Amino acid sequence: MNFEQLLFYLFAAALLGSALMVITLRNPVHAALSLVLTFFSGAALWLLLEAEFLAITLVLVYVGAVMVLFLFVVMMLDINLAQLREGFVKLLPVGVVVALLVIGMMVYVVGPGNFGLEKFAEPVGHSADYSNTKELGRVLYTVYVYPFEIAAVILLVAIIAAISLALRKRPQGKRQDPDLQIAVRKKDRLRIVANNPKGQPGSNAGDKK
Amino acid sequence: MEFEIPKMSAALPEMFVLGMACLILVIDLFLTDKNRIITYLLAQATLVGAAIASLGYQFGSPEIAFNGSFIRDAMGDTLKVFIYLSVFVVFLYSRSYLQARNLFRGEFFVLGLFGVLGMMIMVSAHSLLTLYLGLELLSLSMYALVAMNRDSSYSSEAAMKYFVLGALASGMLLYGMSMLYGVTGSLELSQISAGVATAGAGNMVLVFGLVFTVVGLAFKLGAVPFHMWVPDVYHGSPTAVTVYIGSAPKIAAFAMVMRLLVDGLEGLQEHWQGMLVILAILSLALGNITAIAQTNIKRMLAYSTIAHVGYLLLGVLSGSDSGYASAMFYTIVYALMSLGGFGMIMLLSRTGFEADRLDDFKGLNERSPWFAFMMLILMFSMAGVPVFLGFWAKLSVLSAVVEAEMVWLAAVAVVFSIIGAFYYLRVVKLMYFDKPEDNTPIDSEFDVRVMLSANSLAILVLGLFPGALMSLCVNAFAL
Repeated sequence: MNFEQLLFYLFAAALLGSALMVITLRNPVHAALSLVLTFFSGAALWLLLEAEFLAITLVLVYVGAVMVLFLFVVMMLDINLAQLREGFVKLLPVGVVVALLVIGMMVYVVGPGNFGLEKFAEPVGHSADYSNTKELGRVLYTVYVYPFEIAAVILLVAIIAAISLALRKRPQGKRQDPDLQIAVRKKDRLRIVANNPKGQPGSNAGDKK
Repeated sequence: MEFEIPKMSAALPEMFVLGMACLILVIDLFLTDKNRIITYLLAQATLVGAAIASLGYQFGSPEIAFNGSFIRDAMGDTLKVFIYLSVFVVFLYSRSYLQARNLFRGEFFVLGLFGVLGMMIMVSAHSLLTLYLGLELLSLSMYALVAMNRDSSYSSEAAMKYFVLGALASGMLLYGMSMLYGVTGSLELSQISAGVATAGAGNMVLVFGLVFTVVGLAFKLGAVPFHMWVPDVYHGSPTAVTVYIGSAPKIAAFAMVMRLLVDGLEGLQEHWQGMLVILAILSLALGNITAIAQTNIKRMLAYSTIAHVGYLLLGVLSGSDSGYASAMFYTIVYALMSLGGFGMIMLLSRTGFEADRLDDFKGLNERSPWFAFMMLILMFSMAGVPVFLGFWAKLSVLSAVVEAEMVWLAAVAVVFSIIGAFYYLRVVKLMYFDKPEDNTPIDSEFDVRVMLSANSLAILVLGLFPGALMSLCVNAFAL
């Protein structure tokens, strides 16, 4: 076993272990952090495949942005864990049987019998000055320009959908109006009351308005 | 690396719809609620413009553009025109319905148009990537549309179910696609077809991928046993959205089945035929039998959709050009009938009242003999009573199955069709022989009345002369 293979098995084990932890840990914050570890291991595996750009993007986008947001959401929501775990024991046997069947089938089909080295030759490695990012950019804007544009439209629809569902005027909602805030004058907020040291009756009447 | 500038003009309708949808989105920002009608008119104009652009291609030879991602051919052009037509009718029915419910917002039309774009991309897809992206574009627009009525807990529940199950189905589909890519080494459908020929139909990985692909497709079509979302989504959405979901996306889903199973995986026909037989029989049985128990007409029509998907699959699984043409005919006819059926619910509804129970149709003949007659046409057509359009659709599908030497399957379909006739005819009985529960006059806009009458009469007239529509479908597969 050479060093590369050792790294592969190491990261693959970390990936599987942390992925298992995502679904078994009791604390949702810990589960989310395990997911971060899963992404890291995945990125390392991609690096071994010489897909540097994808590996870096995975770390930047998923670990850096998506998971942080996800953690925020998990911490803000009051998730009722007891309710989530309801029926877990009852459904466990069925789940285990189905999972084992699917895993067995996948190993049988996707295993070395069908995808081994004798079926698919090992891809040729690239020289050190080969830029993965540049090549991806080249095909993305030429050969795959049509799917690329569609992906952009999907993101646009996601934005429209999110805003149209989340933005609505609530009658008792408190919101800032920057226009009014800027247009405010001194006399709107501050009233100068004549100080009356002599203590004549009724002089404080104006304060109670 | 070789690269030639793609022939952009092939995708002119897509670009037009995208440009207009973005334009309408911006224009809508500057409109007040009082002149929101401009958004509606622009959306309708977009559909008309796209139809003109697509019709300009008719009868041209197929062309593949964008490095194999895109194809436009006779089937695609025909289906696209019917998609524009359906969505045009949907928008027309929806306008006053949405206005009465305070849902008349620009997003409905913008998301509707983006959905149309997604359907067009699916119809014209020539690679797994574009097929999937088009599907996601359509699904995402539909999830948002279902959830549009934020104050209704039914809508939120329906949107949530739809979203979760839709994501699961997408996952299945993607896993299947990854297997196909693994064996054939290409995303392009024609190369996958060639790859299947070299690998042979016995290749286990291909069949494994096919299973997942068919599961994903069945989810999106709403075929049993992957139908759980259909009744809840149809019931929970505002009726304007239900009619959208129930019509045009079925045409797009048919196109997706054709592109994947026929254009890409025709070499595996011996495998997918059996899977589709199971899906079709289960859909026919469950759809038709469960519909009988429904008291809500939206749910009843949802189960009837499931049954109709079964008939559609019968046409596809027969595996011949005439079978595909009959399935296409069935899909288009179903979209027309579905538009009319849900349109009728919107016609009878008014501010603060949703005519979605079967009891709301009681005694319709006394309230409005004309619209009772229109509903009669729709129900007879859905049941497959001779002379109406639905009968010819069923007949063509069944004859395709008989041609494929599966007479027993045709017999099963006929039995379930007779069972299904019960609940369609029950609506007719309620309309003509029962006393109305409320006698409020039908209050609906002039354009909706005219369109609904045209919609129903079209089913009657096309039923008398089914040749034109049928030859359109046959021509789509003639090349």
